[in-house]
Amino acid sequence: MTRQDAGPRTGPGPALTRPPAGQAKRKSAYPYALYLPAAVVYLVIFLVPTVMAFYFALTRWTLFDSTFVGLDNFRDFLSEQNLRIGFTNTLFYAVVTSGLKVVLGLLLGVLLTSKLRLRGFLRSVVFFPVLVSTVAVGITFSALLRPDTGLVNKALAVVGIDGPDWLGDAGTALLSVALVDVWKGVGIATVIYIAGILSIPRDYYQAVAVDGGGAWHRFRHVTLPLSWPATYSVIILSFIGGLRSFDLIWTMTRGGPGFTSDTIASIIYKQYQAGFFGLSTAGNVLLFVVVTAIVVPLNYFLGKRQVAA
Amino acid sequence: MTALKRLSAEAIALVLAGVIFLIPFALMLLTAVKDETQATDLDFAWPANWPIVQNFMDVIQARDYVLLRAYVNSTVLTVASVVLIVVFASMAAFVLQRRTGRLGSVANFLVLTGLIIPPAIVPTIWLLQALGLFKTLPGLILIEVAFHMAYSVLLFRAFIAAIPRELDEAAQIDGCTGIGLFFRVIFPLLRPVTITVVLTTSVAIFNDFVNPLYFTPGDDNATVQVTLYNFQSQYNTQWNLLFMDIVLITIPPLLLFIFFNRKIVAGMTAGAIKG
Repeated sequence: MTRQDAGPRTGPGPALTRPPAGQAKRKSAYPYALYLPAAVVYLVIFLVPTVMAFYFALTRWTLFDSTFVGLDNFRDFLSEQNLRIGFTNTLFYAVVTSGLKVVLGLLLGVLLTSKLRLRGFLRSVVFFPVLVSTVAVGITFSALLRPDTGLVNKALAVVGIDGPDWLGDAGTALLSVALVDVWKGVGIATVIYIAGILSIPRDYYQAVAVDGGGAWHRFRHVTLPLSWPATYSVIILSFIGGLRSFDLIWTMTRGGPGFTSDTIASIIYKQYQAGFFGLSTAGNVLLFVVVTAIVVPLNYFLGKRQVAA
Repeated sequence: MTALKRLSAEAIALVLAGVIFLIPFALMLLTAVKDETQATDLDFAWPANWPIVQNFMDVIQARDYVLLRAYVNSTVLTVASVVLIVVFASMAAFVLQRRTGRLGSVANFLVLTGLIIPPAIVPTIWLLQALGLFKTLPGLILIEVAFHMAYSVLLFRAFIAAIPRELDEAAQIDGCTGIGLFFRVIFPLLRPVTITVVLTTSVAIFNDFVNPLYFTPGDDNATVQVTLYNFQSQYNTQWNLLFMDIVLITIPPLLLFIFFNRKIVAGMTAGAIKG
């Protein structure tokens, strides 16, 4: 990225500490003024509230006046069972969705880069749910997962399985939503894998063919290790998305039954609706911390592995 | 691989894709064109009569034409936000890519922050109220611009890196610098990535549900997604109208997808794959 000023230095002697006049002129071709509109909107609308959140999280707050209460909100969050459950749920949801997106995305990626005749059509079909709004997907699957008339349970009944009340059962509600999330988002993972697989040089596959390796060998020793950058992207993207997940959960279960499928983001909304703004903001700060504490190290480790690969 | 084996593999792939990905959409479409009693079954029975126009009119007229207003709101929101994002993000990305320095490092850090950190909701509401923009469409537009800025800057910056600096230098010799250089010389060259940014952000903003839910509550500024969400509780027995609404608001992204399939897919991966 860093680029020395062009042109050889004339004559010997120590390097100039002050940039030559030409450089000053050259730099002015890229005035900082071009940053201004983006910076103003971003700083005012995004950064200021983010910084303020750290103060408001320590207060009892009604938008008009805030009383400083120290760490009470965080204590409430960590001690009340219906708030604490949001943590475990959020982590579970992020792990399940990103894990499944990696596995299914890779499988679909391999399938849709193979010599299938309907490749183009299938790629479109798999990708299309990405473009349908989350609310629409949530409503549609709420209909499909209804215990009595839902198609999923009707189909299971044909095979002789008595399907559960997917969204109404504390044990299955969060997992059901996570699976729908995978259904909606696997298209992006697949597309990233397709791009990753297509960028693998063909010579590797030819080498495997010369050595007489089969399809499994090709996958195990070429596709899998060399599509690592794609895996890295899918994990990071779906983890960030999974930790923030709100809209699908909200349209499908409202965090219910009870609060068994609440995530941090849905608790933030519930506390906001109830007028506990300080508590809601404390949830927001916890979400920053959780996302940063997971994504930054994850990024570091995955990045290291990428260098090694 | 023998031909038979390949054929059966293809058949299996097709059936699986059909079951998993197409059935939900088939259910949407079928239920949208049934009458109320038949729609409550939520099954794949063929529509007995086809009250398409009736359902369409019912959805449009519901709650004093709220869906039409929502359509206008969503369109204004999407167009205005995307225009601002393209102009602001491309300008910032140009300086970010071309000019290294302390400010550049700060800007790079802020871009990463914007990608990772989730927005702080209630403090943002507090701020919008202070600015007098809470519950207004301009406020929501600024929100969308701010929240999509980091991702768009990233895409623009990657593309600008491939434009040779010699071009800037040639333009400077002709007396073109700064803003003139950017808009006259560089910006026209950014067309491919501009199209990518326009498509991906417009789909994301049109489909956005969380931000309108928080920042523009009430029917006046409702977007199509929030309207659908409100219909959910109102029409809990009228599945046909609910699904008609879903079909209606899925049309714009669907059209984009049909016309720009490759571009959208390229855009989704462009930000994800380095190299």
